Amino acid sequence: MTHNLDLNSVEELAHTRVHDCYQCGKCSAGCPVVERMDILPNQLLRLLQLGRLEKAMAAGAIWECVSCMTCTTRCPKSVDCAGILDALRQLSIEHDVASPAQRRTILFQQTFLDNIRRNGRLAELDLVRKFKTQGFLDDLSVPQLFKDALLGPQMLRRGKLHLRSRRVKDRKLVGRIFARCMADNGRGNGHGGIQGELEA
Amino acid sequence: MEIGYYPGCALHGSSNDYEMSVRACLSTLGVHLRELDDWICCGATAAHSLNRKLAVALPARNLGLAERDGMDELLAPCPMCSAQLMKARCVLAEDQAFRSEISEIVELKVRGTTRVCNLIQIFQRVGYESIQKIAVQRLEGFRPACYYGCLLTRPPGVVQFDDCEHPSSMETLLKGLGAGPVEWNYKTECCGAGMTMSNESTVLELGHRILSNAAAHGANCMVVACPMCHVNLDMKQSAINQRYSAAHDMVVYYLSDLVGLALGISPDALGIPRHFVVRK
Amino acid sequence: MPRIGVFTCWCGENIARNVDVQSVSEQAAQLPGVRCSQTCKYMCSDPGQKLIRDTIAAEQLDGVVIASCSPHMHLKTFRKAAAQAGLNPYLIEMANIREHCSWVHPDKARATAKAVDLIRMAAAKVRHNRALEPIKVPVTRKALVVGGGVAGIQAALDLADAGIPVALVEREPSIGGKMAGLSETFPTLDCSQCILTPRMVEVAQHPNITLYTCSEVEQVEGYVGNFQVTIRKRARYIDIDKCTGCGQCWNVCPSKKTPSEFDYGMGNRTAIYVPFPQAVPARPVIDRDACLRLTKGRCGLCAKKCQAGAIRFEDQDELVREDVGAVIVATGYQLYEIGRRGEQDRLSGYGEYGYGQYPDVISSLQFERLLSASGPTGGELRRPSDGTIPKTVVFISCVGSRDNAKGMSYCSKICCMVNAKHTMLYKHKVHDGQAHVFYMDIRAGGKNYDEFVRRAIEQDGAHYHRGRVSKITQEDGRLIVRGVDTLAGEPLTIVADLVVLASAMRPAAGVEELAQKVNVGYDEFGFLCESHPKLRPVETNAAGVFVCGACHGPKDIPESVAQASAAAGKVLLMFSRDQLHREPEIAHIQESHCAGCFACRRGCPYHAIDAAEIRDRQGLLVRRVARVNPGLCMGCGTCVALCPSKSADLEGFSEQQVYAMVECLR
Repeated sequence: MTHNLDLNSVEELAHTRVHDCYQCGKCSAGCPVVERMDILPNQLLRLLQLGRLEKAMAAGAIWECVSCMTCTTRCPKSVDCAGILDALRQLSIEHDVASPAQRRTILFQQTFLDNIRRNGRLAELDLVRKFKTQGFLDDLSVPQLFKDALLGPQMLRRGKLHLRSRRVKDRKLVGRIFARCMADNGRGNGHGGIQGELEA
Repeated sequence: MEIGYYPGCALHGSSNDYEMSVRACLSTLGVHLRELDDWICCGATAAHSLNRKLAVALPARNLGLAERDGMDELLAPCPMCSAQLMKARCVLAEDQAFRSEISEIVELKVRGTTRVCNLIQIFQRVGYESIQKIAVQRLEGFRPACYYGCLLTRPPGVVQFDDCEHPSSMETLLKGLGAGPVEWNYKTECCGAGMTMSNESTVLELGHRILSNAAAHGANCMVVACPMCHVNLDMKQSAINQRYSAAHDMVVYYLSDLVGLALGISPDALGIPRHFVVRK
Repeated sequence: MPRIGVFTCWCGENIARNVDVQSVSEQAAQLPGVRCSQTCKYMCSDPGQKLIRDTIAAEQLDGVVIASCSPHMHLKTFRKAAAQAGLNPYLIEMANIREHCSWVHPDKARATAKAVDLIRMAAAKVRHNRALEPIKVPVTRKALVVGGGVAGIQAALDLADAGIPVALVEREPSIGGKMAGLSETFPTLDCSQCILTPRMVEVAQHPNITLYTCSEVEQVEGYVGNFQVTIRKRARYIDIDKCTGCGQCWNVCPSKKTPSEFDYGMGNRTAIYVPFPQAVPARPVIDRDACLRLTKGRCGLCAKKCQAGAIRFEDQDELVREDVGAVIVATGYQLYEIGRRGEQDRLSGYGEYGYGQYPDVISSLQFERLLSASGPTGGELRRPSDGTIPKTVVFISCVGSRDNAKGMSYCSKICCMVNAKHTMLYKHKVHDGQAHVFYMDIRAGGKNYDEFVRRAIEQDGAHYHRGRVSKITQEDGRLIVRGVDTLAGEPLTIVADLVVLASAMRPAAGVEELAQKVNVGYDEFGFLCESHPKLRPVETNAAGVFVCGACHGPKDIPESVAQASAAAGKVLLMFSRDQLHREPEIAHIQESHCAGCFACRRGCPYHAIDAAEIRDRQGLLVRRVARVNPGLCMGCGTCVALCPSKSADLEGFSEQQVYAMVECLR
């Protein structure tokens, strides 16, 4: 299912209005990771106001965001800036325009979700294994592959690693929930769900 | 007092020390935890980053389970889980069409009636004074920097807990138990949360700032109420030291650890030896 | 047979664009009772009015319908024209085919049909109009001014100088208001005290001004020209006639720890005190909550020391009555409460700025006191925490203003200028200091205002950063200000010694209660509403009540003063006649029908209905009926709707007329 790439898709996903923003910059001022961002949060909002959705989606900044909600909490216009960044992340994956520099972050999020889809709950070892292998296949970075390798035994020694995680009874159900949510890319209120599935 | 319990993946995984601590502490306080049957993951950052509907559906399934099992209230000691659950609850409350769609998706009727609370709220429910009365040991010598991180107090409209800029509920609790919490500036700054694996350099930088500020304000330990905060400040502390040529030696406790110690529970029973940085 | 004339206006393009005026006029000519129908490009213009006058005379019209704009706009104009032609002005009706029709309906055909309907209704109504005469009410030539800040002072002096007796009521122990606490004023940097205190003294000495300090308006009764005002004089515990203001009392007072209101808590005062040296009246007052004698029954040192015997611990609040013809409300403003969220009302937030937590984060009014020669530091700029001279100062605009999330949506208007002034005054005191300003927009519209801001930047070297500050923390006694410079596109952290928050202007506490007492409307923020934003800026919808200064909206000194003089001028205009004329379109009650249930009296929002006694020839009470006070009635019609026996009706808007208007649409 494809969607027109316009401001509405961002606003619909984020449940907030980008034109409410009056560019005071308080979001950027309070952001703990702003120094790492190629485009500041308020500039991302400005790009959206100007309709420059492609540029905003391709920004590395949206993957630097740690979702700490500081921007949303302090916004004098109650714009859900963190929600906007969520929406941009989702759209940038859907349209395959995410910043290549942020591949590992994206890979992690996807591996994480895939892990839950299959297990219902997070299976940590499985997540680490998949993330490391995928990551290595992706960038062939040996240091990345062995980074934190020493933590494993330490965690095991502390009883922090479970080789087998407790799974949910009906794992297929989780798969179904995922399928339904993915069917319309997580959009629409009250018009997707089972019905959407049947129509498809 | 019996209360619904949603451990979340972290507490059943590498943060099992937190679960030990929470369980030991609450059972001493007479709070019986009834674990939510067949709970699933809340989706965490990955879900809200990649699929808005999923970010509501996963926690909604858990809310539905809690309603089905007649739980009025659900404790989620992990703030990521509790924030996701609360957020889903808010979204469901304001949009009836969405509520019925989500109910279909998760194959369970969800009304969003079960309240969700964090660990500190349970302590408040028990009552700080009652805890003080049961306590057998004063927490003398502990000068913790209480660290709330992001999601315990943010966004305030959703979580509705404490003052989002200057929270003080942990300090009040620990002060009453004899500890001397310090005033410092990074109480609500983010530690990088779930970026631990995917964006380690961010986590190390943020962690370094937080640990440095805590130490500069005279803290001799830190207190958290979040498994991710603990991972980023405790497990990652040696990596932080390496990256920044720093010499942080900050013990990071869960809030339930310190309350548990005051209640006379042994460090082993609280899982304290499982931490990476331990008091020598 | 009625002889009605219909006059349809084009209003240039305003009506003609969406309404076929010619067709409307032709259709109007066919309406029952219509004698003639005319159009004019601008009916309100001289030729238009002449057309009306001439036609009235030529056609001997006994009713006129003018189809044009809102009666708010031009009803008076057309009534005057009718009167000049010898027609009773209350035989004029207006059909609003502009605001209610052409401006809102894009479809020309349907708008034209609606315009005809509107005229049809007006014509049906005018057939039942009666000739009315304006109501004449006597006027008490004395004014009440509420609030003794710069606006109230200006209004009171203007009136008093014109020979009108004035009662000036001030809540605080001294007049002077916020301006008395300012150091220097923009854009000329003249000393605030130097320009204000002579005016304050003038008030005290003026034979036409009765000054009530420590006083508040308790109750207002009556109506335009005839208000009866009750003033509560709070106990001052000082006989101000005996007192010489020598100062012995406050020098011996042992209770010295009350934060000074005048210094916004940056210094302390005694329990018996004068708020500031230039206070008017220059007499002390006893703070009944701080005085040891009044709270605990011991002490009384001041009374022992007072040679004039002016201390009166037994003093009680006193109610005084003043009869006035007009009221000017000039209650001014207070600053937005910056502290932590949830401590006060919904309008307090900004925990992230640490106000109230870090002593060196202060408000702009506190900064004024630090600059002022009469302030707690004697005019030396020293920061509150440790008394050192701040070398880096950050000024933050829009704290509370333009902040929908935890403040007000409006712009407080003066802060941009205040900040520019502060950076200059700071630089003049601390030559090696650096001022930073965080702003969102610079709003410096005013005579010499923008030049002033540019001077702060270009000559005094203030660094202006476009962006809001997100968080202030304190490390090692310095303030870490985390902001952003959106023009540079970079986050910006400034380590400052002092932070000054330009917090929003809000109407003074208690203004809503006062507004209710005088029947003046106020907006969601509590600012009082003027009658018309452009044409009646100091009048209110309550006849005889006027507003000026910051109680009406954020304003600077020049604007407040101008508005105060305008309000005084309006009062003088009102007092220039022996009698006041009120519109006669008010309710009347047919006493023969009235059952005396008084539903009307309970429902009347203006308290305009009294009980009248009907007695027989022997003087025996027959029954009690409702009677309208023509001085108070505003003609709203509530009583008409409430009356179960249909005894209440409205002149010029009778039920018969309303029915006729509805009927004619069938």
